[in-house]
Amino acid sequence: MSITEPSPPTEEVRDWEAVQASPEFQDLRHRLRSFVFPVAGLFLSWYALYVLLATYATGFMSIKLFGNVNVALVFGLLQFVSTFAITAWYVHFADRRLDPLAASLRDELEKDPT
Amino acid sequence: MTVLAQGVEGSNPLLNIGIFATFVIITLAIVIRVSRRATAGASDFYTAGAAFSGRQNGIAISGDYLSAASFLGIAGAIAINGYDGFLYSVGFLVAWLVALLLVAELLRNTGKYTMGDVLAFRMRQRPVRAAAATSTLAVSFFYLLAQMAGAGGLIALLLNITNKTGQAVVIAIVGAVMIAYVLIGGMRGTTWVQIIKAVLLIAGAAVMTVWVLGSYGFNFSALLGDAVAKGGEAGQALLNPGKLYGKTGLSQIDFLSLAIALVLGTAGLPHILMRFYTVPTAKEARKSVVWAIWLIGGFYLFTLVLGFGAGAFVGPDAIKKAPGGANSAAPLLAYELGGTLLLGIIAAVAFATILAVVAGLTITASASFAHDIYANVIKRGKLADPDAEVKVARITAVVIGIVAIFGGILANGQNIAFLVALAFAVAASANLPTILYSLFWKRFNTTGALWSIYGGLGITVLLIVFSPVVSGKAIDTVTGRSPSMLQGVDFHLFPLDNPGIVSIPLSFLLGYLGTIWSRERASAGKYAEMEVRSLTGVGAEQASSH
Repeated sequence: MSITEPSPPTEEVRDWEAVQASPEFQDLRHRLRSFVFPVAGLFLSWYALYVLLATYATGFMSIKLFGNVNVALVFGLLQFVSTFAITAWYVHFADRRLDPLAASLRDELEKDPT
Repeated sequence: MTVLAQGVEGSNPLLNIGIFATFVIITLAIVIRVSRRATAGASDFYTAGAAFSGRQNGIAISGDYLSAASFLGIAGAIAINGYDGFLYSVGFLVAWLVALLLVAELLRNTGKYTMGDVLAFRMRQRPVRAAAATSTLAVSFFYLLAQMAGAGGLIALLLNITNKTGQAVVIAIVGAVMIAYVLIGGMRGTTWVQIIKAVLLIAGAAVMTVWVLGSYGFNFSALLGDAVAKGGEAGQALLNPGKLYGKTGLSQIDFLSLAIALVLGTAGLPHILMRFYTVPTAKEARKSVVWAIWLIGGFYLFTLVLGFGAGAFVGPDAIKKAPGGANSAAPLLAYELGGTLLLGIIAAVAFATILAVVAGLTITASASFAHDIYANVIKRGKLADPDAEVKVARITAVVIGIVAIFGGILANGQNIAFLVALAFAVAASANLPTILYSLFWKRFNTTGALWSIYGGLGITVLLIVFSPVVSGKAIDTVTGRSPSMLQGVDFHLFPLDNPGIVSIPLSFLLGYLGTIWSRERASAGKYAEMEVRSLTGVGAEQASSH
């Protein structure tokens, strides 16, 4: 195998468009995209809300909740919590909904070189 | 200004050097040991044969990502500017979700060594690889220069070496050790240096965090109260956002611009992207990011405590007056807590941090030059001798190391902290749109890729050159100098320090326009192959056993 060639030569003849059009692959693609795009939109909006509040709503963010802990601090820590939670959520989702399907497609493709 | 000529009070330079030398000796021994297992060839040099586990790689990613700027810089920013320093950490962490959800696994399945591999998958090889290498080298160079120049300040601070010649010698030693890591160990050795450094850095920060919280009976609110009290009249403002960025309407927009670049830049940093190739499968790449998110998130929570801890124990005024200014917050806190010994350990960890980060940048830049430019653009992918590529990569690493040393010596003492923000802005403008379009948009083609990379890079660099960080900021009455890099000239045309709010949307737009305006048709077959490979890992996972 030459070091600059991205794919093993035996697979050059495969009809990738047929694989791509297969219902199994379309299912995998749909599952991935219908998770990652909305969740990306969600966390980016949540982050944008935080940044905008920290910039333009400093009065609200400065309200003390208990002791010296104010809204801004809780909001910032919630960004940490949401990041950890989305990470765990995605791993759970990918393990159950993506990996088995991807593995069976991969096995099928690697068994059958055309 | 005479106070700048002294090291941190209580610092014992010999002890600091001793602890740091021990770190260098131990890591070099490990690098030499693991390099014995190495096989010749590009795969081993660039990606350690893709043989690291997700956990190992996740720790190494934290080691690569948590630069001296995030340790000393963020702790210092929180100590002096309070809440606004914390805003950095949030952006730096949330950014990892972009990498987790949209980039890491798909990139692992469609490339081998560099970002150029992914872009070249279905585009015309030579122009796209040349563009990817240009932006990789640019980002690496900005980031590298920032790290090396930071080393100069750290030397003054921790080793009490104040003359420029002495500092230049230490910068040269740091550069030489870094070159040794990369040449001897390749990616395998570099990764182990990053793992060791990450463990030391995170453990050190954890110990100090527990120590600080423990002295307040684990009452964080009481710690905040003390930080406010120590801050004097300006103290109360420390807890609220806006102290640093809230001054004018323009500075608020500048902060928004920075926030966008932070959150979108991480997933486009070439030295981070390359780390995803050091694991065998997409699932391990996912695990890497998960480990990285927990470690980096935990670390930033520690810096929140350390920043306010430094404010409470040392006080913002004492920190500002200390050599190194804000960067001395964490070392001064270490001295307050554990005396000379803890200060020495934290100082050594800070040096180790610079060393590990520059090694990661150097191997990324050299891989991109050797693999994308030399093997595929110059030799058109027809190398007779596969070892020639690694040889070029090694030579490149030495050249980059020497450039970094001289760049670091020249930039020593210059105000170039903006270079890290610039690196993130270029990564978010030139790299991220191109990667996302390439992975998810069927019509995307070579013209679009070239427009988004060169357009993003060009716009970002031009906006920085004509921004107030380079020239034209009003002279600070305290220091008598302008906070801009250049003194006595003013050619700034763009009002913001951070270009992201303009350059990132424009780069996405350019990638789109370049694609739809060119007559070139994207190959449907190649996109089908890329999509199937990226989602299933077919062909990528067994490649490591070849």
